[in-house]
Amino acid sequence: MKELRKVFMNGIIDENPTFRMVLGMCPTLAITTAVSNGIGMGLATTFVLVFSNLVISLLRKAIPEQIRIPAFIVVIATFVTIVQLFIKAFVPALDAALGVFIPLIVVNCIIFGRAEAFAFKNKPLASIFDGLGMGVGFTIAITLISAVRELFGAGTLLGVQVMPESYLPMDLLIRPAGGFVVLGLMMALMNKLLPKKA
Amino acid sequence: MNEILTILIGSIFVNNFAMSRFYGICPFLGVSKKLETAFGMGMAVTFVMSMASLVAYMIDTFLLVPLELEYLQTIAFILVIAVLVQIVEMVLKKMIPSLYQALGVYLPLITTNCAVLGVTQLNVTEGYNLIQSVVNGAASALGYTLAICLFAGIRERLALGNLPKWMEGFTGALITAGLMAVAFNGFNGLI
Repeated sequence: MKELRKVFMNGIIDENPTFRMVLGMCPTLAITTAVSNGIGMGLATTFVLVFSNLVISLLRKAIPEQIRIPAFIVVIATFVTIVQLFIKAFVPALDAALGVFIPLIVVNCIIFGRAEAFAFKNKPLASIFDGLGMGVGFTIAITLISAVRELFGAGTLLGVQVMPESYLPMDLLIRPAGGFVVLGLMMALMNKLLPKKA
Repeated sequence: MNEILTILIGSIFVNNFAMSRFYGICPFLGVSKKLETAFGMGMAVTFVMSMASLVAYMIDTFLLVPLELEYLQTIAFILVIAVLVQIVEMVLKKMIPSLYQALGVYLPLITTNCAVLGVTQLNVTEGYNLIQSVVNGAASALGYTLAICLFAGIRERLALGNLPKWMEGFTGALITAGLMAVAFNGFNGLI
């Protein structure tokens, strides 16, 4: 149990995919213009991470070393397609907001990285926890970034007006340029706040 | 003709892949420490993106749509790209060893560059025909090359400068990219 807890926390703090490993930057920058997008993308990615980790871990003895990369891609793409169809059917607003970035979860290097670095070498249960930890770590990170961008860039949080009427939104923050700058500053802040790597 | 020109300008400058659409940011940050490697990466991406646009269009139009298998697009496209990268690697090795040497390590990396999968998806959602798809693929890739080369040039200079401690590494790079994105923002309204 203690082992699993450690694996889970690893993804949230020690090896946080966004702030520590600097993986999966495309969705991190592109869709963090509103908190709802951040949460939606985080959950979708977590789902894919958990299930692709599970399946790859179960198949780790069946997949030959040489063709593991195409095999990983097929497994990941299958789960991404499931998520894509699910979101399209049940949350069309999210589908419109995230657009092409839902199918692009396939090439999110967090998922690929975990398949290669963890799931291919570990037991199924540990792999599930690893996927869960990484997914939650990613979700927290992009939700934080999108909260900053939405709050200062539009004056709202989850679409609800938070800043006083007189607040003039910094439009730049929800534009592409703001994505880079906010992420850069957040990374500097996290390097300061998070415990140093052992 | 007019339409092609619009796609060209639009994809290179206005909707620049790295600076405004956020495709392919991992290699954009990862292989942009040196101008030379950035250019190599840009060329490899250009090659694969143009080819991928062509092949993905054909697979979509002649295979997936007639068979009503559109929901397999993501899986089909990523497989096409993975195979394509392999083929390109083998062909270059045999036919143009000098180019293969130059691109070397960047070729296998392209499979997971979301710019390639992104452009094939984009061609479908925009409903481009064969020529438009290929032009869009090539132009987007050239825009990506332009951005990554500019960025690498700035980073080379920046490495010599005296940055404050907290701005070293990714923070400085990201803020630099942010300022570049502001500049690219200026192309808005060009078309």
